[in-house]
Amino acid sequence: MATRWFGAPVQRLEDPRLLRGRGNYVDDIDLPEMLHAAILRSTSARARIVSIDASAAWSLPGVHLVLTAQDLGEILEPSPLLVPHPALTQPRTQLPLARDEVRYVGEAVALVVADNRYIAEDALDLIDVEYEPLPVVHSLGVASASDGPLVHEDVPGNVAAHLAQTVGDPDSVFASAPHVMRETLLMDRGAAMPMECRGVVARWDAQDSMLTCWISTQAPLPIRNGLAAIFHLPEHKVRVVAPDVGGGFGTKIMMFYPEEVLVPFAAMQLDRPVKWIEDRREHFISANQERSQLHEVEYAFDDEGILLGVRDTFLHDAGAYTPYGIIVPIITACTLPGPYRLRHYASEFTVLYTNKVPVSPYRGAGRPHAVFVMERIMDRIARELHLDRLEVRSRNFISPDEFPWDVGLVYQDGGPTRYDSGDYQAGLDKLKALLDYDNFPALKTQARKEGRYLGIGMGAYVEGTGIGPYEGAMVRVESDGRVFVTTGVTTQGQAHMTTFAQIVADQLGIAPEDVLVTTGDTQTFNWGVGTYASRAATVAGSAIHIAAVKVREKTKQVAADLFEAAPDDIELAGGKVFVRDAPHRALTLGQVAISANPLRYAYGENARKLMSMKLAGPRPGPALPEERGGPGLEASGFYSPPHGSFASGIHGAIIEVDPVTCNVTFVKYAAVHDCGRVINPIVVEGQVHGGVAQGIGGAFFERLVYDEEGQLINASFMDYLLPTAAEVPPLLVDHVETPSPLNPLGVKGAGEAGVIPVPALFASAIDDALSPFDIRIREMPLHPSRLYELLREAKIEQSASGPPS
Amino acid sequence: MRERDEDLSQCVEECEIAVTVNGNRYERTVPVRLLLSDFLRHELHLTGTHVGCEHGVCGCCTVLFNGEAVRACLMFAVQADGMAITTIEGMAGVNSELHPIQQAFREKHGLQCGFCTPGIIMSVHAMLHEHPDPSEDEIRHELSGNICRCTGYQNIVEAVKLAAERLRVQHMEVE
Repeated sequence: MATRWFGAPVQRLEDPRLLRGRGNYVDDIDLPEMLHAAILRSTSARARIVSIDASAAWSLPGVHLVLTAQDLGEILEPSPLLVPHPALTQPRTQLPLARDEVRYVGEAVALVVADNRYIAEDALDLIDVEYEPLPVVHSLGVASASDGPLVHEDVPGNVAAHLAQTVGDPDSVFASAPHVMRETLLMDRGAAMPMECRGVVARWDAQDSMLTCWISTQAPLPIRNGLAAIFHLPEHKVRVVAPDVGGGFGTKIMMFYPEEVLVPFAAMQLDRPVKWIEDRREHFISANQERSQLHEVEYAFDDEGILLGVRDTFLHDAGAYTPYGIIVPIITACTLPGPYRLRHYASEFTVLYTNKVPVSPYRGAGRPHAVFVMERIMDRIARELHLDRLEVRSRNFISPDEFPWDVGLVYQDGGPTRYDSGDYQAGLDKLKALLDYDNFPALKTQARKEGRYLGIGMGAYVEGTGIGPYEGAMVRVESDGRVFVTTGVTTQGQAHMTTFAQIVADQLGIAPEDVLVTTGDTQTFNWGVGTYASRAATVAGSAIHIAAVKVREKTKQVAADLFEAAPDDIELAGGKVFVRDAPHRALTLGQVAISANPLRYAYGENARKLMSMKLAGPRPGPALPEERGGPGLEASGFYSPPHGSFASGIHGAIIEVDPVTCNVTFVKYAAVHDCGRVINPIVVEGQVHGGVAQGIGGAFFERLVYDEEGQLINASFMDYLLPTAAEVPPLLVDHVETPSPLNPLGVKGAGEAGVIPVPALFASAIDDALSPFDIRIREMPLHPSRLYELLREAKIEQSASGPPS
Repeated sequence: MRERDEDLSQCVEECEIAVTVNGNRYERTVPVRLLLSDFLRHELHLTGTHVGCEHGVCGCCTVLFNGEAVRACLMFAVQADGMAITTIEGMAGVNSELHPIQQAFREKHGLQCGFCTPGIIMSVHAMLHEHPDPSEDEIRHELSGNICRCTGYQNIVEAVKLAAERLRVQHMEVE
């Protein structure tokens, strides 16, 4: 079977529409009689709600509905705990509207529906909420303090979860190791910040008893199932559509955000469509965030630089609620061993509540933190033993003949953390070439003579991708020969319309542009979970492949009957279905589809031509023989991976630090990436580029700063800086391909990889650039003023201990 | 104009405006506080102009205002009275060929989710009008007023280079 389209740099099929401004994002949906909602959000990080007076809001002309907690009746239920875990002993999830207490600035308190958004926001100003302030838990430090304030009165010590896992016998290893070091490493909060904020449009059709919601989400099927249960509607009477979604990066995998329940509720109450579009200020204080962890790590190594054991204990900041369970810290714990042969490892974490926006996965999802810790270890070993940093990594890499490699930990999906394939040294070698690594010392020395501080840094990682439980797809050939494909996952820019089409095109012998893919519409496909964890191409892609293979086999069967040939002699290519070695005996794919559907009437050019052809007549018996399994050329396919697959990679960069301003610029950036077999190289490279840019943001620009009152003080793009084209350097990308043995396509996920090693390599490069000052970076993200402080401290320490020898 | 309060005779709630958008003239009565971005999107149903931050940083809402790139979220609709505006819908009709800038973005994979794309294309249009032959540094500097969260900018920069080259050739052929 030739795989002509798989692997080809096919131009994206979704682009012409988007380039013309003809996309269909949630805020582009305009329904007759539609009203507009706005949300009143808590201004206090922790307070008791004494009273709410909404009477003035109600009396404002143009206001149709004001809702507070007491108006919600039976839907005033905490949102579901999405991923329970035995170690999560104190789960807490959020009410659609806060009732007695608010626990973070931004928590929804009331909803107003009005003729337009302007009036709805006017009405918010008229709602009088009396808060009685309570002590605030604004940091991990406060959260872990004994006798400190509590986020939830009934959760002692703010501890939501505690989990320890051990591999091997780390204590014995530490007792006898030649070298043992320990240090404290910190990652602070950042956020996904998709360019499109969240949004919900809901329409209640009373005639049809049908609720339709358009939501900017990564998980329409779970939301559909949830809404049906909440509103006591049959599942097939609730349709949830994720139309064009302007970026998600994890923050839109959450359910339920309060608005996803409130807006349909309001639409049903008012019997009119209601739209709510989050503004950027709201997004900063109500869309889930991530990244804050504090690690205390100990590591043991020998004189050759071989890592013998790691003991890592960390605190994880969950924010005010734990809707997504403890997925993020589990991923951190399981990602920390990385591409290294670590046989003795103790991991222990405590998940703490804080009075901040809740935490759920953001691109990378616990991995950048883990890679930061492990790569700091590798760099430290190199420094202590005066070894080359890449050489230390090479010595510790798992080698290609050691796969499958069992890390010995239970992964986020409850299965084993088992690496399926990889060739880490091949990636490192490619990185060296891209960076011209061996010539860097000369470049650095020359720069130092000119008073410039250059540094080179690197970060290697593995990424668990393609986890279960499963995804599915339906593939159907229509009578014009075009193929309709639908699946339960969603698309937020990953080019699924193109890559999924490539998978099907290969099986059915057609061009990708004749494959029309629909994602994220619960009315076209009923089964599946969503797009997260770099799993769409792996899990849904495999399901689509399986369905397309079934359709191909059926096509051969139907055509074989028509041509009175053997199914194995039928070929599909160039949009035709024909007998091998007799290409004149050919039908179009559409004609076979028509034949497979024995109607009395068939229309169109394909049908007319079919009528005029001399083909075998129908066999005696039923028009639709049982062995056909149903009419048409249609099949569903499902794929459930045995466990996640592990992508990997190594990035490196040359940076320059201005020792006066402490600004950092990238001189060169190179990424080597292994996501198994590549469906479309331009798409994969695009994913890597975008991930790296977010990683650079997360390393040097993007830190969410909360004050002691729990107020986010940089909640705008003026203050929370996303990298622009001026900060992101040109990126060199190369691939290693170690196919995954776990799925029929051999693919691994690519979505999150780019972001994962950036904080680690940034720290590595700064250490190197500022090595004359003996700097050791132990926190992320940095920014110029923080780096300036660190440099100043290092200089003071140096002058106190005398000039460097 | 309707007066709200006799004591505040200068304070009006609504205003009549006449605006030319993509060559079509529109006359509307609009609330004075209506943002230009909301006017384009909700009054004229030109939803290709996106709103990403409403505080003038992200550039998603960039349109051409008498040929200059402006942020529609930082202007009121009434400020557009008598002016000519071009939005992304004015760059290429639904069935016509893509504009060379749009085509270059497609060929170079310069977009992913597509949300920032209309604003970037409008900015690039203004940029290339001003600087038909920009260096990479100039491109990156000029693009720094538009945020893209998906692409890492690399392919956007490549698309701008390609578009600039094609537009220069086109321009020479016209001459």
